[in-house]
Amino acid sequence: MTQDHAHIVPYRTFIIVWIALLILTAITVAAAQVNLGALNVWVALGIATLKSGLVVAIFMHMKYESPLFKIALLSALAILAIFIGMTLLDVLYRS
Amino acid sequence: MSGHEHKDYTGAKFGMWLFLFTEVLLFGGLFILYSVYLARYPKEFISAGKQLNVWFGGGNTLVLLTSSLFVAISITALRRGSTRLCLGLLGGTVACAAIFMVNKYFEWSAKIGHGIYPGSTHLKELPPGEMVFFNIYYLTTGLHGIHVVIGAIVLVWTMVFIKTGRVHAGDWVILENAGLYWHLVDLIWIFIFPLYYLILH
Repeated sequence: MTQDHAHIVPYRTFIIVWIALLILTAITVAAAQVNLGALNVWVALGIATLKSGLVVAIFMHMKYESPLFKIALLSALAILAIFIGMTLLDVLYRS
Repeated sequence: MSGHEHKDYTGAKFGMWLFLFTEVLLFGGLFILYSVYLARYPKEFISAGKQLNVWFGGGNTLVLLTSSLFVAISITALRRGSTRLCLGLLGGTVACAAIFMVNKYFEWSAKIGHGIYPGSTHLKELPPGEMVFFNIYYLTTGLHGIHVVIGAIVLVWTMVFIKTGRVHAGDWVILENAGLYWHLVDLIWIFIFPLYYLILH
């Protein structure tokens, strides 16, 4: 039994993703120079989330995996969101 | 097919992903610490964050993104039979890890030279929010740095497997998993960089 059946991602796809990641990094640095107040953190997090989406989907081949892997990833992220959300709900609204 | 070794490639890869989820939760805890203290000390986080060097952080971002590209391409190269290209790319990734750690060495040296390190007397004289910022900064980037070193060791180990023929175009799950670990290291830095180095306002 060999592993041959899985999808081979062409070099070009990876290079395009890498260029996109570099552009998004430049946008993050540029966005940080503009004073948006509390919004700055959310812009930074939004761009970081977009970048990690690209890394997970293409570099880590999640796009080509079976639904089992995608469901597991979404579950882990949901747990992380609950973990962060519940903590912040407590901390931010503590009087 | 008697005597043929059975391998569960999907299981091996899924196991790696499960491990990566625990890593995400580990760093998630550190990001919770960051967000809780950012909410408590917004001004101090900005004044402390401005003391970090964007060039070190930005440079290391480029190094890690490029190293991730190398690892991603190396898998395609191995599967297409270009073993030498694959090994060259993995060597390039290990070189990127070394560059990252050298940058980190100079960055931390400069900070420590200014008396900014956990437990220092200078740090204790700073406002509490700045002290917290630098402590979490050292904790998070330190733990991340350990991951960079471990990732580089795993990649060197994988290169040995490729040289000895244990990992090849028909059986590459070890390279796949080593690559997944390396991409995680990159992923975490994608969040560390803007949160620590770019909070200017």
